Parts: sequence; C-alpha cells; structure tokens
Amino acid sequence: MQISGAQMVIEALIREGVDTVFGYPGGAIMNVYDEIYKQDKFEHILTRHEQAAIHAAEGYAKASGKVGVAMVTSGPGFTNAVTGLADAYMDSIPLVVISGQVPMSLIGTDAFQEIDAVGISRSCTKHNYLVTSAKDLPRILKEAFYIAASGRPGPVHVDIPKDVTAEIAEFDYDFAVELETYKPTTKGNPRQIKKAMLAIAEAKRPLFYLGGGVINANAAYEVRDLVHKTGIPAVETFMARGTLRYDDELLISMLGMHGSYAANMAMSETDLIIALGARFDDRVTGKLSEFAKHAKVIHVDIDPASISKLVNADFPIVGDVKNVVEEMLRLVDCIKPQKYEPWRETIKNFDALHPLTFHEDSERIKPQWVIKRVGELLGDDANISTDVGQHQMWTAQFYPFTRPRQFISSGGLGTMGFGFPAAMGVKAATPDKISINFTGDGSILMNIQELMTTVEKKLPVINIILNNNFLGMVRQWQTLFYEKRHSETDLSMQPDFVKLAEAFGGIGYRVETKEEFDAALQDAVKQNKVAIIDVVVERFENVLPMVPAGGSLFNMMLLERKEK
Amino acid sequence: MNENIRRVVSVIVINEASVLSRVTDLFSARGYNIQSLTVAPIPETKYSRLTIVTKGSVRVIEQIVKQLHKLIPVLKVFDHEDFVEKEMALVKFPADERLADIAAICEAYNGKIVNASENAIIAMVADEPQRVTNFLKVTKRYNPKEVVRSGAVALER
Ligand SMILES: Cc1cc2nc3c(=O)[nH]c(=O)nc-3n(C[C@H](O)[C@H](O)[C@H](O)COP(=O)(O)OP(=O)(O)OC[C@H]3O[C@@H](n4cnc5c(N)ncnc54)[C@H](O)[C@@H]3O)c2cc1C
Ligand SMILES: Cc1ncc(C[n+]2csc(CCOP(=O)(O)OP(=O)(O)O)c2C)c(N)n1
Ligand SMILES: [Mg+2]
Repeated sequence: MQISGAQMVIEALIREGVDTVFGYPGGAIMNVYDEIYKQDKFEHILTRHEQAAIHAAEGYAKASGKVGVAMVTSGPGFTNAVTGLADAYMDSIPLVVISGQVPMSLIGTDAFQEIDAVGISRSCTKHNYLVTSAKDLPRILKEAFYIAASGRPGPVHVDIPKDVTAEIAEFDYDFAVELETYKPTTKGNPRQIKKAMLAIAEAKRPLFYLGGGVINANAAYEVRDLVHKTGIPAVETFMARGTLRYDDELLISMLGMHGSYAANMAMSETDLIIALGARFDDRVTGKLSEFAKHAKVIHVDIDPASISKLVNADFPIVGDVKNVVEEMLRLVDCIKPQKYEPWRETIKNFDALHPLTFHEDSERIKPQWVIKRVGELLGDDANISTDVGQHQMWTAQFYPFTRPRQFISSGGLGTMGFGFPAAMGVKAATPDKISINFTGDGSILMNIQELMTTVEKKLPVINIILNNNFLGMVRQWQTLFYEKRHSETDLSMQPDFVKLAEAFGGIGYRVETKEEFDAALQDAVKQNKVAIIDVVVERFENVLPMVPAGGSLFNMMLLERKEK
Repeated sequence: MNENIRRVVSVIVINEASVLSRVTDLFSARGYNIQSLTVAPIPETKYSRLTIVTKGSVRVIEQIVKQLHKLIPVLKVFDHEDFVEKEMALVKFPADERLADIAAICEAYNGKIVNASENAIIAMVADEPQRVTNFLKVTKRYNPKEVVRSGAVALER
C-alpha cells in the first residue's frame, strides 16, 4: 500500500506488537504525532521530559522483556534523550528511539532545531539510522527492532527528517530481516561446553558468577536448575539480582565494591569462575591484577567482545546463556555436588564471620531497615526500581528478590533520575505488580516532573525517599577519602515533598518512625495512587562493606562489630 | 603481553553513509590508535575496504578486531598475519635539484619521476612502508618541498 512516512511509523509499531510508546512531540515529528492521534492500537504516554520518556521505555523493556519504544522531536528533544540512550547502551536494554529531524533540504544549514543526531548517538547506541527516503522506512524500522532485541541487546536510534515523514511510498512489512553483516552467535560450541563441564567436575572450589545476561536471556530458571543440580555456590552482580531467590542456600549475595564479605571472599578464593552473562566490570573486580588470582575462567557471553576483555578466559563460550546452560544441564551428571561440601562450608564460615547486616538505632530509622521492611510487607508483589546512590546499593543488598526482572536499576551509567520514570515504565508493563521506586532526596528531583505523567496516566508508582539530606553516596566518599570535607553535598535545603506530591495530584507522607512508615506504605498501596513517602533516615550511614576504588576485592572496609 | 605491537587490519564494510565515521569513532571512543587509514570501494560490489595500521598490546588488538566486528555494517575483519603490504608516496622537489640522481634513487625503491615542470619535480614510490620511509630519508638532501603518503594497503598471502 502507498502511505506516508508518518503512517509507516505507526504501521510498523503496530506490526511489531508495540502497545505503549513514551514520548514528547515537537515540530520535526509532528506528522508522526498527527498519525498517533488518529490510531487506537497503542497508547502514547506523554512524559514531561524527553529523558524520562527514554527511562520509562527502559523500565518497560526490562520488566517485560520486550523492546521499549520512545519518540522525540529534533534538536533539544533529541539531546534531552541522549542520557537515556547512553543508559540503555551501558545496560544492554533493547530500545527503538525515533527522533524527528529537520527536512532533508535544510540538513547542514544550521536550521532551527537542527542537530547532528546520528553523530551524537553513534557512540551510545548499538546502531543508528538517518532515513533519507520513505521507501527505506519499512526496512529500517524492521531492522531496528531486530537489532535492538537480538544478540547483545541495545538501543537503536532512527532519525527521520520531516519531509520523509510526509513522503508517500510503498509500505510492505512482510519480509524477514536478512543482514549479511550481522549474525549473532547464539548456540555455544558443544565441544567447548563439554570441556567446561569437565573442568567444573575437576575443580575444588568452583563459583557461579551470574550477570545481567542471565536475566536478559530469560535463563534464570535454567540457571537455578544448574546451580541446584551441581551444588555450586553462586554470586550475583548488581544487574543479576533476582536470578536466584534471596533465600536460596547456594546464593552467597552480590559481589563487588558493595558486595558481601562472603561473596567477595568466595570470588577471591575460587579456583574456577563460571561466568554467565557477566562482564567483569571494574565495580566487581576491584584491582584486576589481584582479582581471583587462583581461578581459571569459564566465560559464557553472547558478545565475543566481552570475553577476555578484562580477564582472560580459559574456556571462552560465545552464545546465548539459555542455550549454553541447557546444554550444560544435559551433561550435568559428570558433576558430583557432594564434592564441594568443604567449599560450601568455607563460604558459610565467611558469611558467619561478617554477615551482610547493619546496626539498628533506637532514635532514627536506618535506611536499610526501610528496604527490609518493604521486602517483608510487599516481597514478591512488588517490582523494585531505584535511583542512584546509597539507597540503590542498600536496595541491591537488602531487598528479598524472588524473581528475575523484579529489580530495575541503572548499573552501568549510574544515572540519577532514572528511578521514577523507569518505575512508571515498569508499572505500564506489569500493572498487576506494585511499582516501588527507592530513591534519594537528590535523585528524585532529577525527574520529579513525572509526578504529572504518572498521575495523569494512573500509573501509581510509590516513591520511597530515603531522605538523608545529603548526596549520600558522594558524601560517603568525602567522609572516607576527603577528610570529611563535604563539598557541595549537603541537601539540608529541601522542598516539602508532601505538598509537592499533592500539588501534582498524588499523595505524600512524611515519616519519622517505623510505625508511621508501615502505616504510610499500607495506605499508599491501598489507595493505589502515585505517592511519595519521605522517610527521614540516619544521615551519616555508610554503605558497607566497601572495596575502595582500585583496591583489591578481598580488602574490604567492614561494618564494625557491635558489643552485645 | 602488554608490549605494543604494530598491526595491519583490513575491514570490509557495506559502502553506505557514515560507515567510515562508525569505524573512526570506535577508535577514538575506545582510545585505540590509528597510524594510517585508507578506504576505497571494492570494484563491482557494494562493499568498501578499509586498511588500518594500528598499534597496541595483544589484548587491545584483540578488542579492536572484536569491536570492529560488532559494528553492524562490518562484514569481515582481517587481522593480518602473513601478508603483502604496500604504501605509496609522492614527493615534490625543487626544479633545480639533480633530476638524474633522484631518478636513480627512485628506481631502487620501485618509483619513478612522474612529473617534471619548470617549477618542480614530482617523484612517486610504492613499496613497503618501511622502505618508503627509507626513501624519504635518502632523498632528504634534495630538499623535498612536499611529501604525501597514502597510508598502507595490504593483502593476506
Ligand atoms: C554506585 C554504584 C555502585 C555499584 N556497585 C556495584 C557492586 O558493588 N557490584 C556490582 O556487581 N555492580 C555494581 N554496580 C553496577 C556496575 O556498575 C555494573 O553495572 C554491573 O556490575 C554490571 O553487571 P554485569 O556484569 O552483570 O553486566 P551487564 O551490564 O548486565 O552485562 C551483561 C553481559 O551479559 C551479556 N549478555 C547479554 N545478553 C546475553 C545473553 N542472552 N546470553 C549471554 N550473554 C548475554 C552481555 O554481552 C554483557 O557482557 C554499581 C553501580 C553503581 C551506580
Ligand atoms: C546524573 C548524575 N549526576 C551525578 C551523579 C553522581 N552521584 C552518584 S550518587 C550521588 C548522590 C545521590 O544522592 P541521593 O539521590 O540523595 O542518594 P543517596 O546517596 O543519598 O542515597 C551523586 C551526586 C550521578 N550518578 N548521576
Ligand atoms: Mg540522599
């Protein structure tokens, strides 16, 4: 059929099964918005800032496993979206982001709201396109969805000049994407997998090192199976939280800069790392030359460039984690779980020596308590997003995660302002779950305008501010490494968060005691409205354990033991 | 392992808009080194061939190859091991330098005088990059006014 470029965008989104689009209109994309107005197949959610549109699409993608879609106009609309693109790129989140561009005839003339969008997005997307003719649009849009979701996922950016959205051309979407230059490897090499299994059978102190790739591959349940059948303990990265249930006997905890003592010690003592979809990030390894010195490495990753990038792999396996783990499960009989009993015992002792915990205070609420308490009250019923800072680390440490895709947070870029819009996207994708955003008094103000979107669209996100009147994470570094010179991190000047929530039509609570907190949370859940719960917490609490940046993983600053 | 080695890498890419920027952006974004870069379409195909001379540790070179592969329009990457490598240079000498001497040196380096006008003599050589460098050294004393090197091209044997 002969239709306009703008109509093609709508048709393609419908054919891709998109039910929600996050976006913000403007001059260059108006033709497309005119077509959005005319259709009723998907919902458009008007965020109040383009950055939030992208984060919302990320939250939607992470919670649903589908491709997230966002739309913005040229110039400032696009540049506002860049932080979101970079965030999605770092955390391998599948997105298709469509931006308007000035008409072809004006490109290169410093036209109104012109910016070299593909030039800017090139280094923070998996791929990008500048569409120069409507006849290319069906192919480009179909490729964009395919590239975003396949292999190592990531954001794909499609920049469409205004005249191309008006141009009429033939639309045909019934074809298979054939890219001779892009063919991700999904099936692991069987001989290499067999060798890896034999190495595991040989090892004395093997350790699963689970990463975000497991969740992306929808392989968490297969991985649980493999862990249980082998009896091998596991550590999770920040991005992998929820792969194993929090109460799994074989889950040690998160490892890394703010990992548990036992997890970091296990990593330091293991003789065989079984890395599944994890990328040896510097927040995980600490000083590389001291990292897991005694260990051989099995590394399963869909991206060959992740393998042997930082830590040499003795058994590199390129492939989809799900496929490889299924193959491993077929060979699992060569492994004798009882062999690792002494190793499991060693790890139990590590954990008994310095368990992951915190000291209660009779005066003030401890931030960690809030997270544990939400876990007790809502547990599996909630999906959890966070902003960035101390509250984010405490969430990763203390929330009792029970399933994959339950925890959504900005790991690679560490983007303050991510949490609230992401939680909105999570709510749109999983309306039956309660959407909680643990946030900080700093972060929440970076996308606070989304109170309006969530109230308007009835996406009842509950924002829980762990209010320490500080840019707490930075304050912690200043306390520890800058002789307590708290330069520009004091946030004593605060808005009235209760009134702020109310001004947008949400509900606000200010909480100073545990009883008040329980009451506020229960009320917010019951009212099913957008809420801010502003919790006054201990100001000077530090996130522990901590491996100072660049230090060795086994040299942790630990929680002081309390005399009983 | 951490020692820097010189490597010649050929990249076959789809000949489309901004493909060259994708490659050069990758090098600058990840802090890889480009010593020379040549590009030209491969006749009768929709591809172009880039030849990149780079330097880095074994690990960095391995990453360069893998990261190049990840670019969507990249078809193939050759990290050359056993190959023939050539580079061309054009050199302009003042017209009053000794033409016969320059011509004799050219011959020793697979080159020749390609232009002689009242203002200048232009010589051309095509040889291994190291030999091109030597040629330029040897002809220094004839006061070259301008030198242009093409960057290397390579083919696996
Ligand atoms: C303040 C702060 C502190 C932090 N502290 C810590 C910390 O203490 N500990 C910690 O772990 N992190 C921490 N992080 C997060 C950290 O920055 C990284 O985001 C995180 O460690 C990366 O996790 P990952 O290795 O699982 O990789 P991801 O970024 O999740 O990457 C996934 C990997 O899996 C691969 N993959 C994707 N899909 C598949 C598939 N289908 N099959 C196979 N492979 C696949 C990808 O190619 C990639 O290599 C912190 C972040 C912040 C902001
Ligand atoms: C956009 C952005 N700017 C700056 C930072 C650096 N940064 C990391 S954590 C942090 C403090 C966050 O404060 P708050 O949201 O109150 O959380 P807290 O650490 O107090 O829990 C800052 C400024 C960042 N990660 N993102
Ligand atoms: Mg704070």
